[in-house]
Amino acid sequence: MSDSHAIGETPLAVEHEARPELRHHFADEQQQRNAASLGMWWFLGTEIMFFGGMFCAYLVYRRIYFPEFAAASRSLDLIVGTLNTAVLICSSLTVAMAVRAAQMGKRKLQVQLLLATIFFGLVFLGVKGYEWSNKYKEHHIPTFHYNVVGGNGDLIKENSAFLGIDKVKNDPVKLAAREAEIQKHTQIFYSLYFALTGMHAIHMIIGVGIFSVITWMAWKGRFTPEYHTPLEIAGLYWHFVDIVWIYLFPLLYLIDRRPGA
Amino acid sequence: MSEHSEHIVPASLYWLIFIILIIATFLTAWIATIDLGKFNTVVALFIATCKASLVVLIFMHVKYTSEKMTKAILISAVFWLLLLLMLSLTDYSSRQTEDNKTTGEVVPVHILSGSVANT
Repeated sequence: MSDSHAIGETPLAVEHEARPELRHHFADEQQQRNAASLGMWWFLGTEIMFFGGMFCAYLVYRRIYFPEFAAASRSLDLIVGTLNTAVLICSSLTVAMAVRAAQMGKRKLQVQLLLATIFFGLVFLGVKGYEWSNKYKEHHIPTFHYNVVGGNGDLIKENSAFLGIDKVKNDPVKLAAREAEIQKHTQIFYSLYFALTGMHAIHMIIGVGIFSVITWMAWKGRFTPEYHTPLEIAGLYWHFVDIVWIYLFPLLYLIDRRPGA
Repeated sequence: MSEHSEHIVPASLYWLIFIILIIATFLTAWIATIDLGKFNTVVALFIATCKASLVVLIFMHVKYTSEKMTKAILISAVFWLLLLLMLSLTDYSSRQTEDNKTTGEVVPVHILSGSVANT
């Protein structure tokens, strides 16, 4: 905005001159902010239904093929999964702190916290990639060479009682049938595992992209205590992706970890 | 302008929520290794819901927002999600599954708890 409007021309002009970020169709900053965050919440509502459909498919199959799902879940690395959840929670803290820094007008702190958020996001994705590569080595990716019966991704040895193998092991025909069943049903688990964690990872990648732009805007000093809506609503998105993982972690990793069960 | 400024959450509260979330994460991983029978899944989902609620209320500022519609959207979205999950799961729980008939060894399991019924 230029200085061409003389101060005192009209009270309204002066007010707008002082608040260049306020769009003319909003009464004040609070209304503008609420409208923007409301739009984000609508979007997050659709995201709940988007992930909800996959969660529903997962819960139904988990109920039908529980032993197979539990055995496959045990092949996921519990310690890596727990630490990765902690990494994501750290990123949520840094986002919340970055929004707070913007509310207080601290530019440098904002940029530092946003860079930390991107860092944690990338660490999460890196660990996820490591976990996926392990699944690849174990032949647990449900495509060609998928195998959970024998080999280095064997699920049967440690879960034989649980999977009902012990009851049929003296009958070669029944044993082969049961093994084929396990081979088939664990693929459903891994398909859902890759669909859910993959869709979550895509959201993370988009989040890192959004936060790169936000960090650049913060670096340019675009956010003030009066106006930091892009940061605020990007933060809502990031927290939502965090919440999706908060549910994915127990549902995928902790199906049945009881020793001896 | 200052009367319109947002509620600034104290940094100490953010740290407190963060520490609770981290402890709950390790707690849920630890509890999963203890045999609680059918309650293992219930406890895991309860902890997850507590964590999600803290994130929504504090980190996402739902507790402090002056916009009532935010809460309406949130509650209705969760309501529709539960409707989807509940109706689907009650439907499938009341059916006999086809694929597990091969050996007759795997029996239907309890909804949510997931524990295998005794044969």
